[in-house]
Amino acid sequence: MSRIGVFVCHCGLNIAKTVRVSELAEFAATLPDVVVAKDYKFMCSTPGQEMIANDIKEHRLDRVIVTACSPLMHEQTFRKVLAASGLNQYLLSIVNIREQVSWVTHDIEEGTAKSKALLNGAVNRARLLAPLTSRVIDVNPDVMVVGAGIAGIQAALELANTGKKVYLVEKNSTIGGHMAQFDKTFPTLDCSACILTPKMDNVLQHKNITLMTSCEVTEVKGFVGNFDITVKQKARYVDHDKCNACLACTEKCPGKGVSEWDEGLVKRKAIYIPFPQAVPQKPVIDRDACTYFIKGKCRLCEKVCEQKAIDFEQQDTSTTVKVGAVIVATGYDLMDTKPLLQYGYGRYPGVYNALEVERLFNSAGPTGGKVTLRDGREPQAIAIFHCIGSRDKNNYEHCSRVCCMYSLKFAHLFKEKTSADVYQFYIDMRAAGKGYEEFYNRIIEEDVKFIRGKGARVAESADEPGRLIVEAEDTITGKFIKLPVDMVVLSPAMKPRADSKDIARLFNLSTDKYGFFMERHPKLAPLSTMSEGIFIAGVCQSPKDIPDTVAQAYGAAAEALTIVVKDKLELEATTAMVNPASCCACLNCVRVCPYGAPFFNEQKGVSEINEALCKGCGLCASVCPSSAIIARHFTNDQVLAEMEGLMEF
Amino acid sequence: MSFEPKILGIACNWCTYTGADLAGTTRLQYPQNLRVVRVMCSSRINPSFIFRAFQLGADGVLVGGCHPGDCHYNTGNLYARRRLAVTKKILEFSGLEPGRFRVEWISASEGNKFAEVVTEFTEQIKNLGPQTKFKIEQ
Repeated sequence: MSRIGVFVCHCGLNIAKTVRVSELAEFAATLPDVVVAKDYKFMCSTPGQEMIANDIKEHRLDRVIVTACSPLMHEQTFRKVLAASGLNQYLLSIVNIREQVSWVTHDIEEGTAKSKALLNGAVNRARLLAPLTSRVIDVNPDVMVVGAGIAGIQAALELANTGKKVYLVEKNSTIGGHMAQFDKTFPTLDCSACILTPKMDNVLQHKNITLMTSCEVTEVKGFVGNFDITVKQKARYVDHDKCNACLACTEKCPGKGVSEWDEGLVKRKAIYIPFPQAVPQKPVIDRDACTYFIKGKCRLCEKVCEQKAIDFEQQDTSTTVKVGAVIVATGYDLMDTKPLLQYGYGRYPGVYNALEVERLFNSAGPTGGKVTLRDGREPQAIAIFHCIGSRDKNNYEHCSRVCCMYSLKFAHLFKEKTSADVYQFYIDMRAAGKGYEEFYNRIIEEDVKFIRGKGARVAESADEPGRLIVEAEDTITGKFIKLPVDMVVLSPAMKPRADSKDIARLFNLSTDKYGFFMERHPKLAPLSTMSEGIFIAGVCQSPKDIPDTVAQAYGAAAEALTIVVKDKLELEATTAMVNPASCCACLNCVRVCPYGAPFFNEQKGVSEINEALCKGCGLCASVCPSSAIIARHFTNDQVLAEMEGLMEF
Repeated sequence: MSFEPKILGIACNWCTYTGADLAGTTRLQYPQNLRVVRVMCSSRINPSFIFRAFQLGADGVLVGGCHPGDCHYNTGNLYARRRLAVTKKILEFSGLEPGRFRVEWISASEGNKFAEVVTEFTEQIKNLGPQTKFKIEQ
């Protein structure tokens, strides 16, 4: 005989509007073994929690059912109430009548009927719940940060400053990410390098940060508190321990590669550092551009290197790093606008994407900060197209959030550096952020022309060779516009990195339909993921500007810290176990487990489960032909009893 | 009175259950005939659960898991996919009308898809009428 308490939450009107909560509590009271059933306005509030705690004592409850929001929302909250009242926390059942009932119907009859069925199922299951003991594990105090753009750099520095050891992994040969490519940042027009490069240097100098450039994560094993992460060090062909960064090699190298940092606008050497302030300041060889690797002879760099640091025989190597928590901050790519044929990107030399223009403004860029076209002319008229691929159901539905503001910044810089007429083709001007609206107003005053209408097409001018004609509908006047310009700037959608799906798979992250990583909860857990101990920051989660990215990085660092400051951590007790009396030693469980948790104990002649490795999916239980495996908290009996309860009403 | 079927749903915690929560958070409306059991992974589902549901009088059973390749437990749903495909064949071989049992991959971000699938499946079950082949009268 159980003594079950049922607590029905109104959630204000969120539930009470489409479920008759008092009727539900009265119904609960009629069910066998239910000794107390109550409804209350906000069960998660302090008085609500106290009510449950008091009733556990007063009615000597041994099972508690909270009929409220999703267990993903407040299961932990109510488990704590049980634990504080001396009841095992696994003797709790949550019935989800908000997300899965009251919010998905307008009909109070339907809502109440469904709630009764769900509650009946939970009461059936609750009788069979067993107390479970959480596993306590040791926590590795170190953290890994994946991606060393501004988000990763900031998170790594914060953690390192608290005394934690941080492994900062970056797949490129330098840290800095996209922010290192910018000249100015909106709305303050701070010099990007001036605020970023000191941080890059701090990373290099920090005794608690192990910087791993030209590195990629290839395997992630383990679980929160105890990850074993394999990192591949890609061959640089330069021994960075020997190199003294004299860069004599980069002067002599005859090879030509495409400068990624300059967005392909210029060539760089085959042995190179990506940009003068790169961290580390040591060169790498681009195999695909190196004369020696292509033709089998050259090795000029080797001849000039006094340190004997060049090593053409270098191979990729792998190391395994142990950490307690991980922050993923892998950033973004711009959408490839070539397939949008109407804009002629890649076909007309006068059409640029936003990152290319960032490089044109930059004094360390291909033109030394002068705005000149690919043919060397200074543009007389410039059109900036907002929302290319963003807010577009054919491409990306989301607003990329930063394009309006950087387009305004471009307009300002064009006005500063050229005498060109500047036209903004926008759909809506989105200037939500501190100082952003003010910046917009400032640019309006700068004689920039605003045309409310999305840029529709770019074509070559028939009359003036080398010029472009842009077409758009001005939605304010209703007129169709054709305008001759010299330069078109596309502001493309921000999308996750091309390899974000691989990262998601490695770290077990969920993604949205475009590949942005999903947060655990959009409001209450924006930096946590469904994988315990893995946190996200920056644009890999969704498009955002630098201030928001940095704020997230601080947050993610704090989140990671909440794990690695502890010596011990409690893990879910919902693992599987084998009943040796019924095990038929078929080894199905050993074969199917993704984590290698079940093993065959030859002495006893039965399978056993290594609880430290078990993640509680229950796969082994459902392939066990003799039902010898018990998936704790989701046993056959518990699931079947719940089903019976659900089908009764 | 029109026929209101009882549909049992079994959803994995990480994808479909979370997707169902998202459908709620975004206030999408769908029929209330579905009652969901939460399991940690679709691979937890023993075929006997499905048979039992039909014995208990379920007019339809809907299983939801992560997209193949995106399983929270790496490969769990690949086992589920194979096993449930066989389950479906056995059910139909045993005389159950095709269309009463459905498996869908619905991710945590696909609240829309969850609502659409439930709406469409409920409509389909209504058209099929009450399930009598497996039901054991209590």
